[in-house]
Amino acid sequence: MNFLERTLSSFVNAMERALYAEELAQANGLLQRLDPRIKVVSMLALVIAVAMAHKLWVIGAVFAGAVLLAVSSCIPLASLARRAWIPVLLFTGIIALPAPFVVPGREVWRIPWLAWPITAQGLSSAGYLISRVETAATLSLLLILSTPWSHVLKALRVFRMPVVLVVILGMAYRYIFLLLASAHAMLESRRSRLVGKLEGPERRRLAAASVGVLISRTLEMSGDVYDAMLARGFRGEVRVLDDFRTTPLDWIMLAVLAALAAAAFYGGSR
Amino acid sequence: MHIPDGYLSPVTCAVLYGASAPFWYVALRRVKKFLTTRLVPLMSVVAALTFVIMMFNLPLPGGTTGHAVGVALATILLGPWASILAVSIALLIQAVFFGDGGITTLGANCFNMAIVGSLVAYAVYRVGAGRAALTSPRRVAAAALAGYTAINAAAFCAAVEFGIQPWFFKDPSGAPLYAPYPLGIAIPAMMIGHLTFAGLAEFVLSAGVVAYFQRTNPSLLKLTAPGASPADQEMSPLAWESTWNAVRPLGAALALLLVLTPLGILAGGTAWGEWSARDFSSPQTRERIAAASQDQAPPVQPPRGLERLCSVWTAPFPQYAPAFVRRPAVGYTLSAMFGSGVIILVCLIGGWLASRGRREPSAGG
Repeated sequence: MNFLERTLSSFVNAMERALYAEELAQANGLLQRLDPRIKVVSMLALVIAVAMAHKLWVIGAVFAGAVLLAVSSCIPLASLARRAWIPVLLFTGIIALPAPFVVPGREVWRIPWLAWPITAQGLSSAGYLISRVETAATLSLLLILSTPWSHVLKALRVFRMPVVLVVILGMAYRYIFLLLASAHAMLESRRSRLVGKLEGPERRRLAAASVGVLISRTLEMSGDVYDAMLARGFRGEVRVLDDFRTTPLDWIMLAVLAALAAAAFYGGSR
Repeated sequence: MHIPDGYLSPVTCAVLYGASAPFWYVALRRVKKFLTTRLVPLMSVVAALTFVIMMFNLPLPGGTTGHAVGVALATILLGPWASILAVSIALLIQAVFFGDGGITTLGANCFNMAIVGSLVAYAVYRVGAGRAALTSPRRVAAAALAGYTAINAAAFCAAVEFGIQPWFFKDPSGAPLYAPYPLGIAIPAMMIGHLTFAGLAEFVLSAGVVAYFQRTNPSLLKLTAPGASPADQEMSPLAWESTWNAVRPLGAALALLLVLTPLGILAGGTAWGEWSARDFSSPQTRERIAAASQDQAPPVQPPRGLERLCSVWTAPFPQYAPAFVRRPAVGYTLSAMFGSGVIILVCLIGGWLASRGRREPSAGG
């Protein structure tokens, strides 16, 4: 696969991923029914609890809780495995692989033939790294698969994030898809006109020119967007409608998830 | 390069959020002052663009492909402050929406790539490009170097953040709680990948796009080129070739420097004339000095001047090995890479000063 095809496939993957998340966020599951503010706060508390835990079983318990939440929110475990568990295991697993041999400590086993010692501390550190990354990735994925992006952004206002930043994030997300579609069309048409094989310098020139064209178009577009905003009465001030409503279910789930996070803090730090 | 959750301790994450906060604040104020009401549409669209550029697969020399962060490119086109904001927003969307990089580690990722990356890229580009014309091949070379240096500076910061984890954060049995490798492993492991592939991707992207704008729309390069000489003309296709020719020797020299680095590890002993005052009192070293000096016995006492002067200056990397790196081979490699970088930087600053010196009398006359 050449660089044009690889870039095209990464664009398509990003678009597919976003569509899939939007679809799942409409499902009638437990997490989908919760107020986005409750979800953002409790997921963040759980991620921090996992980051602070000093015990493997505590991280494992939070992971089990996350799997339970996924099942009760109609989020297929296969999808979690494909998007988080397997990629994390491949990436972090390779990084953690030498740890049992490199980290000094009590020797528990020695590989026959090679005589490489495996230490208990090395095994624990590899376990900490993989379990922490897997659990945190699962929790973040649960949030994004159960909440439309615009709601996640509005919920960030709970943390006193400046309104201007929330608006920039919302607009940036919107334009990502426009630019992805534009870049996709540009590269697809270039690929359809390509005959034979390009040499290395030609390939680099084509990639740089594609990025350059995209930048020129984008800067031009930002001017158009600004004019359109002015035409609709924009005077530099931005407001966000905070239209979320909480239900008793929200408060019950907040209590449950906060209790899980507090237990993880307590159990993990002892 | 995008550090996921779980690799850094919450304390490190909090410190790096704290370190990034003043830069975000200053960046937002400066950009807002400059753009006023244009801030929202321009930053939104540019952050989206930065995100999409990160997804491009760039063809690298040798037939492989790689992704670039595009931080040097954003800095050259928008200036360092707008680049800090745009890259930070793109990193936030990547972390929250696409799971690329963690939420607790977002401060660290922004500090390494958006802040250190933008500021290093800006310094290198401004010094490297000097007052060269907007369409000068020197600007392409400076952009390439800015991209390469910025991504490596960011990778170095990330490696140091990984490397200090096992020092400070261990469980009662002594097992590291977060990234398990010390600096001696973390730095070479990160830097090898970035000095080669990731650095090369940034090199290709920055140089290629600056060269493209020199041909099509040089005015886009004006923002970070104050005082650029006005001798700008439309570039001919020949000039397009010459920009790549300008970059090629630079790349070759960098590659050669880095490739030759391990040779120093293979060469045994001390280089002739590079003896320390201590070497004169060791019988073994005295024999080696004599053997390397056509059997001329060295003086019994170390020369007094050498003894006096050797304590005046202690190099930051004494004996080519930083104190925190235990293995001499690793220390040597790092020191050599650091040294190469310093030499390139000194040459560039020297060239810039020389070109200023030449220009000023003519401007006065």
